[in-house]
Amino acid sequence: MDMISEDKMNRMTPMEKVRMILDGVKNGKILVLEKGLTPNEEAKLIEMTMTEITPDDFAGIEIESYPTKNNQKLLDKIFRKPVIKTRLTVIGPANQLKTLRKDKDLISAIVSSQ
Amino acid sequence: MGLINKVKLNFSSMFKKIFNKKKARIGIYGPPNAGKTTLANRIIRDWTGDAMGAVSSVPHETRRARRREGVTIESNGSKVTLDIVDTPGLATKVDFHEFMAHGLEEDESKRRAKEATEGIIEAVKWLDDLDGVILVMDSTEDPFTQVNVTVIGNMEARSLPLLIAANKVDLPESSPARIRTAFPQHPLVPISALDGQNIDSLYEKIAQHFG
Repeated sequence: MDMISEDKMNRMTPMEKVRMILDGVKNGKILVLEKGLTPNEEAKLIEMTMTEITPDDFAGIEIESYPTKNNQKLLDKIFRKPVIKTRLTVIGPANQLKTLRKDKDLISAIVSSQ
Repeated sequence: MGLINKVKLNFSSMFKKIFNKKKARIGIYGPPNAGKTTLANRIIRDWTGDAMGAVSSVPHETRRARRREGVTIESNGSKVTLDIVDTPGLATKVDFHEFMAHGLEEDESKRRAKEATEGIIEAVKWLDDLDGVILVMDSTEDPFTQVNVTVIGNMEARSLPLLIAANKVDLPESSPARIRTAFPQHPLVPISALDGQNIDSLYEKIAQHFG
């Protein structure tokens, strides 16, 4: 399991994050991201995951994050600038990480070896 | 984007509201088997007399986005004309064994899985070209799926309107209240796309929300 700090994520471009996650997960790693991904990065990750799925080899990912928070201040509201706060995210191979239960404050998951 | 552009955008949005430009491109999103195509079929049938696509209990039945332009919905004095895009079910994994469990042969299952992955890519790409989303959730299931979280996050990040259709209320184990508690910041209409339960309330909300 790799736990990736917010600082490291902040230094990476969206594509670098997606590539790092997919390479890690395809090597059987469970990744815990301190800060998570933006909604746009999550969409990119889903898209890239789909291009890498192969029968009998890689079936995709399991990704679990808490819903993002919208931290708009008054000026942001006036200019309709969304300020999305991302939260802790866990990502792993679909055949190894399975979510048991999830709500807005708790994620229960089971991790199995290959 | 500069300050002037942001002010321009806000004025453009205000003008749109003032002069009531009521045409929007709306995507129907959700996980596989939530009832997206059943809902799309009902909307198209009710307002144009046609149908959108085939439905099935096998997941990923819709593997290409289907688009229907110029569907006018009128309800309670509000009127809106929509281009409706019925998208393939979003997922983070596609395992061909799942299709085999539904009785499909291995080759057919692999072909279907490949098409499903392409459909998901198409659905993700459509997110960039929409004015709003109807997110169909299966109200018998846990609402905190990653697909729901991702679609809602993307709409919020773009400040675009989103309406939740809490589907399958015809089933005894359904709980639209659970979805409302999970995502209280967005309007929600409990419906059964299959038997049409509460569908008029959905049309009223669509006309208000996307008009």
